[in-house]
Amino acid sequence: MAQMKNIFAVRWGIIGVGAFIGVFAALLQKWGNPGNMGICVACFDRDIAGALGLHRADIVQYMRPEIMGFVLGSLIAAFLFKEFRPRAGSAPIVRFVLGAFAMIGALVFLGCPWRALLRLAGGDGNAILGIAGLIGGIWVGTLFLKGGYNLGRSEKTYASVGWMLPLIMIFFLVLRFIYPPLADKPQSGVLFYSLKGPGSMYAPLAVSLIIGLAVGFLAQRSRFCTMGAFRDLILFRQPHLFMGLLSLLVFAFVTNLILGQFHPGFAKQPVAHTMSVWNFGGMVLAGLAFALAGGCPGRQLFLAGEGDGDAAIFVLGMIVGAGFAHNFGTASSPAGVGPHGIAAVIIGLLVCLFIGFTMRRKAV
Amino acid sequence: MAQIVDARGFSCPQPVLMTMQEMKKTGKGQIEVLVDTDTSKENVSRAATSQGWQVQNVAEEGGGYRIVIKKDA
Repeated sequence: MAQMKNIFAVRWGIIGVGAFIGVFAALLQKWGNPGNMGICVACFDRDIAGALGLHRADIVQYMRPEIMGFVLGSLIAAFLFKEFRPRAGSAPIVRFVLGAFAMIGALVFLGCPWRALLRLAGGDGNAILGIAGLIGGIWVGTLFLKGGYNLGRSEKTYASVGWMLPLIMIFFLVLRFIYPPLADKPQSGVLFYSLKGPGSMYAPLAVSLIIGLAVGFLAQRSRFCTMGAFRDLILFRQPHLFMGLLSLLVFAFVTNLILGQFHPGFAKQPVAHTMSVWNFGGMVLAGLAFALAGGCPGRQLFLAGEGDGDAAIFVLGMIVGAGFAHNFGTASSPAGVGPHGIAAVIIGLLVCLFIGFTMRRKAV
Repeated sequence: MAQIVDARGFSCPQPVLMTMQEMKKTGKGQIEVLVDTDTSKENVSRAATSQGWQVQNVAEEGGGYRIVIKKDA
């Protein structure tokens, strides 16, 4: 009988990891991160795109150390447990496009699935629409999966392929150390910084990095994935990952209550808008793109940390997608959707449907 | 003779879908599933168990795993 040696891969393991993320995400808000945005992979990738100048929306520019921590924490766990497996070659360009549209959709709602949960845990009712959209998008994705959709096989490859994204993250971290934020300066060396808005709100570097590393480590061990949570529930009636998601929500909610960060309502929620149809629609696009790509934004970072070069391409797609989202005015703001947000969601859905309908090579 | 499901190179949920399909098709007996990540190993084992199959053996093979699952009746 095969023993499951990985304690994080059992039910209490995933619940524990969800709890850890929920508690520390809420604490990160207290320690400086933006409201209901203790951790948001989409927002933080977007802030990184801003810090690098890939877009110039001056309120969302910061080299978020949490993201580097996620990838490097996962890398450390993968090496410690001999799970670093360099692999690539499963439709990389499609993954890039899915990453870009996932980001564009997420930025219409204003958050990745993690933030959708954190927004709900902070009392933001608009998140209900976002989560409903996310489930809807994932449900459409499961229909494609049932119909034989897949991205094809990856192949084992050189270790250096697996190292590429971790090295990029180390490079970003080095930039963050060399060019720290300067008081009242919108630029430090090559990096752009926000003087107002969510980009100007951040927890201390060491705190963000250590929590990021811990989350990356734990998530690699437990395979925590918010898209997988809904997908496995819909596709297989398998609640394993869903328990982790539920745990994140409950623990973030309780921590918010204790810290006085729970403010129920729809209007005037932090970094959120109240256009329900597009909170829903943006996340339908994001959910479908995550489902077609096989992981939520967080999971893609953890996979990239354990050597998955295709997940790394998805991550780069997200960062570039954030550039498009702000340069093309498709990202929302607290005032509502951007001038081209609706068009972007429709185009994104068409592209995802094209991918879903045409990539049906039988899995043999 | 055991059926072999070669799910190497596929990422989730493909290995689980392929295993489920094979379990449905054969109904009982022995199936060998080849996967190349630990996540797939855990997911396939979990899926098999949830469908009333037994995980008989998990062996490391060629940088991946060969999982043998079985159902008697």
